[in-house]
Amino acid sequence: MLKRSTIDLWVGIFVAIGIASIAFLSLKVANLTPQSADKTYEIYADFDNIGGLKVKAPVKSSGVLVGRVSAIALDTKRFVAHVTLTMDGQFEFSRDTSAEILTSGLLGEQYIGLTQGGDPENLKKGDTITLTSSALVLEQLIGKFMTSFAEKGASGGHTDASAAN
Amino acid sequence: MLDFLFAPLRKLGHMTINAIWRLGYISRFLVALLAASGQSVRRFSLVIREVYFAGVLSLIIIVVSGLFVGMVLGLQGYNTLARFGSSDALGAMVALALLRELGPVLAALLFASRSGSAMTAEIGLMKATEQLDAMNMMAVNPLARVIAPRFWAGVISMPVLAALFNVMGIFGGYLVGVVMIGIDEGTYWSQTRNAVDLHYDIVNGLVKSLFFGIAVTLIAVFEGHEATPTAAGVSAATTRTVVTSALVILALDFILTAFMF
Amino acid sequence: MSIDPFIELRNVSFAYGERLILKNINLTIPRGKLVAVMGGSGSGKTTLLRLISGQFRAKHGEVIVDGKNVGAMNQRELFEHRRRMGLLFQFGALFTDLTVFENIAFPIREHTRLPEAMIRDLVTLKLNAVGLRGTQDLMPAELSGGMARRIALARAIALDPALMLYDEPFTGLDPISLGVIAHLIKKLNDALGTTAIMVTHDVHTSLDIVDHVYFVSNGEIVAEGTPDEVRASPSPWVHQFVYGEADGPVHFAFPAKTRLEEDLGLGQGGHHA
Repeated sequence: MLKRSTIDLWVGIFVAIGIASIAFLSLKVANLTPQSADKTYEIYADFDNIGGLKVKAPVKSSGVLVGRVSAIALDTKRFVAHVTLTMDGQFEFSRDTSAEILTSGLLGEQYIGLTQGGDPENLKKGDTITLTSSALVLEQLIGKFMTSFAEKGASGGHTDASAAN
Repeated sequence: MLDFLFAPLRKLGHMTINAIWRLGYISRFLVALLAASGQSVRRFSLVIREVYFAGVLSLIIIVVSGLFVGMVLGLQGYNTLARFGSSDALGAMVALALLRELGPVLAALLFASRSGSAMTAEIGLMKATEQLDAMNMMAVNPLARVIAPRFWAGVISMPVLAALFNVMGIFGGYLVGVVMIGIDEGTYWSQTRNAVDLHYDIVNGLVKSLFFGIAVTLIAVFEGHEATPTAAGVSAATTRTVVTSALVILALDFILTAFMF
Repeated sequence: MSIDPFIELRNVSFAYGERLILKNINLTIPRGKLVAVMGGSGSGKTTLLRLISGQFRAKHGEVIVDGKNVGAMNQRELFEHRRRMGLLFQFGALFTDLTVFENIAFPIREHTRLPEAMIRDLVTLKLNAVGLRGTQDLMPAELSGGMARRIALARAIALDPALMLYDEPFTGLDPISLGVIAHLIKKLNDALGTTAIMVTHDVHTSLDIVDHVYFVSNGEIVAEGTPDEVRASPSPWVHQFVYGEADGPVHFAFPAKTRLEEDLGLGQGGHHA
């Protein structure tokens, strides 16, 4: 039978291991991006089509993580996707910044890329980015390609017919 | 005449009613247990003693299992991810799988079979040898002196063990991915950190393990306290603890996952 | 015989569901006496102890201990009642995860705020009283049956109870240990002035030490008296019990509903359908 003090020591070690584990997970494994409200600000962006964009998708500028998508909603008046971006407070962007939905790699996750504009005034909390370009939807691309191919074929046929005429 | 038809139905009905009866009874037991928990706070050394038996003595099995689960995840994940040319994401896959599901669930299953069954057997044996009766006769409430400290020790130990399981698993994945296969260390960690979110993944995983800890320990002490006070009764109760805990962990995991993610 | 009754049972009945265990028991135990309740297995004598300790409540009648009705107590009063009472369990019921010292210290730690040094002295005195000083650091698993029973006795008297209950204190002991326990029970009762009830079916050892005996059979008190009266009792039932005869008023055979020939399928043979 162990003495009570020995048990205390072991339980102390046990709890320390628990705290160390959680600290390791939080600091080393998780991205401890600033999450507190006073260090972030929200801006909005409307897209015609967001493709496969998900909540929590990264917002990057020149490939650097500057924020995350915190909400996606459908604007039922204009029927565009209304995306909320939670930006890291240390980065500021001009008012004519443009946003586009990009894909990391061919099949990778989609993210929002911001390109700085030239306006001296910066985007403030609650502003909306107006210059947006939608996601590249693979099916639409193929569809466009097919249509243009068919159109080419149809116009080709027409010239043939006119020639025969 | 139609007995062969009705007998299974009757049995099913009986089992359902019995299950509901047990659910009501275990709820009442939990309320009585919480009401008797004052002493566990005032005499915390009782809880510390049980944390030693439930938590500290489970460290080895958790460390070894976590390491191996992480290594297996690393191997299997690499084989699958390499086919899509995204073996860089191995770290993210291992970490997410562990933090969200495997860590809390496997740690809870191990805890149920290592510590939960031990608690049931110990309390059941104390009942069979009239030790609980003896306490009652000395005007000491066994619920406060024996059951509550074990319950709280289990609730405290479970998240610690799950967190340790996660760390060991991630380390195991790192061993296989970086040391053995040779994925770039920087890529491995940056992919991991990019994918893992403190609130969504780590905190939710720990909340899960807290729920599992409450469920497993409650089942363990309940089965022990309600065991038929014979050798056969205690052994049946121990089996029930492990089986019920496993089912409850998996069902609870589904419900919690549906709410969280 | 009693001027100062410590325990009184008045018209007490008790039943498990439909099965009647005790029927209309009347019993008085004077303060400071050592009384034995004897009877065969399943005669309801252990139930009698549980009524006095408050583990069971009587269906009818009253159980009065030291002027208070045990059946009407709430949980708090019941614990108050038990604090002044010691119970020696049939097999000791020592806490197997605690040392001998901690076992005896258990009721003292739970109910008092005495300093550690005083607890050590008290435990040492109790161990000395049962003749087992020096076993403090042993675990219950390391004790023999007789020693475990003596430690359990030391634990039961740790808080100097006003009432001691002994549930089959002699069961499963070798003759020497049995004699030691009997001697201790008697000695403690005389020294502490405790009122004690002993439930037992060990006739000869008990008759040597008790002041009064009650015989219980099928839930009723069938005989009572001092040990000398009992030994000379003309009642055939008491005679059979005291001298351990196999057949008598209590039959050897279970009152089966069928005849042996029927069970064996002989005679008018019924069960071949």
